[in-house]
Amino acid sequence: MIVEAKNLVKKFGEIAAVDGVSFSVVDGEIFALLGPNGAGKTTIIKMLTTVLNPTSGELSVAGYDPTREERQARRSFGIVFQDSSVDEELSAYDNMLIHAVLYHLPKEGRKEKIRQLLEFVELWDKRKKAVKYFSGGMKRRLEIAKGLLHHPQILFLDEPTQGLDPQTRSHIWEYIKKMNQEEKMTVFFTTHYIEEVEKMADRVVVVDKGKVIASGTPAELKSRTGKESLEEAFIEFTGRDIRDEEASSLDRMRQRLRR
Amino acid sequence: MEVIYILWLRQIKRYLKSWARIVGSLGQPLLFMVALGFGFGPIYSQAGAGDYIQFLVPGVIAMALLFTSVFHGMEIIWDRQFGFLKEMLVAPVSRLSIMIGRNLGGATVAVFQGIVVLGLSFAIGFRLEHWAMIFPAIGFMFLIALLFTLFGTIIASMLKDIQGFHLIMNFLVMPLFFLSGSFFPLEDVNRAVMVVVKANPLSYGVDALRGTLVGMSHFTLLNDFAILASVTFFLLVLASYAFSRIQA
Repeated sequence: MIVEAKNLVKKFGEIAAVDGVSFSVVDGEIFALLGPNGAGKTTIIKMLTTVLNPTSGELSVAGYDPTREERQARRSFGIVFQDSSVDEELSAYDNMLIHAVLYHLPKEGRKEKIRQLLEFVELWDKRKKAVKYFSGGMKRRLEIAKGLLHHPQILFLDEPTQGLDPQTRSHIWEYIKKMNQEEKMTVFFTTHYIEEVEKMADRVVVVDKGKVIASGTPAELKSRTGKESLEEAFIEFTGRDIRDEEASSLDRMRQRLRR
Repeated sequence: MEVIYILWLRQIKRYLKSWARIVGSLGQPLLFMVALGFGFGPIYSQAGAGDYIQFLVPGVIAMALLFTSVFHGMEIIWDRQFGFLKEMLVAPVSRLSIMIGRNLGGATVAVFQGIVVLGLSFAIGFRLEHWAMIFPAIGFMFLIALLFTLFGTIIASMLKDIQGFHLIMNFLVMPLFFLSGSFFPLEDVNRAVMVVVKANPLSYGVDALRGTLVGMSHFTLLNDFAILASVTFFLLVLASYAFSRIQA
């Protein structure tokens, strides 16, 4: 098991965002964590990637405890966050370069690799432009290019393709699949595009309101609910009500600026 | 090492890209030099205390250093809001090197700002005691800037959003600035005020700049250096602890 959570709990004040979640990810598989908005997916990823401490429970990432052995755990994974993690004042190229240095990419070949990935997400022509002038889709593509710059043991992707057109999405998934097959890289992702899960994921865990409500291969989940598509199975598991998600800090600030 | 360098470079690049901020942040020191320098100058010399511009300029340089460096230390709050903080927090490098790179970058920017203010002051009649003293003066500028960048880092590590920034500026940074002897001589000052002045690290920074640039020192340069260096070291330890505990 390359990633493992046992009875994971995270409380913010009285509210349990993650309420006793357990799951495990097999080395080399593509693993999807699904759930409606506010289910606790991002909180789980934050705890796995050492930026948030759990209230209780056990975690293991590549054999390390992300709460105590942060350095070793951080060396094992890469991550594409759900929201922005770039310096918007700087250019796309500078952001890639900072990332390359932070992840110890060897100096020779560094520029070539940056070029290759920026060309892959079709941002090479815009590399000198400050990121704040980018559209939402361009920013997302830059985040992904940055996340793919180094080849970690485990790649976490938190809604990586949110807001991208179908062409770009399938293009990016092909690349991730290739990394998964050629380098045995474990992929751990969340998404709201259920067809991506159906096509890509080896195994799925569905969480809702901080608890695991189903797990298995996409085929198993479908046969368990007797539904034709995974999307229908997902709705069967999680019900039809629409959830609110707490605004991210960036959204909160944007709202303040607008006022 | 390269991690420290790239995060240092990031601060410099951000600074050089914001022309409006550079010019804007020079306005205030310039205003202080002109308004206070020419305004209080005549009274100051009538009181037999000499040339007020000579007295005032080191204080205004210290002010520019203080504001720029606290601001740069506190930029972590902006990094949190805009997401870049996460990039730094998950990186497989020590948080200490990240923190040092950022702070050296912030301090460099502040020193640059201080040197520009010094340059401007020549236009309103400021003269150096001895030109060679500019080198120890720049050394002291760096020490002051580093001290207050670390100070900003510690505070920003404890704040969740931008709201707290103005509070800190008004209730912590402004008093530090006014109660440092930047504008008034420390001889014959009220005893209660003197206690605060002595507890304020900026006072030794102002005194050191005055000692090097115009040859007037209240506490002596050696004391200034010892105090500034030990406070900086203490804040470095505190800042690395605070930064290592940040969560996203």
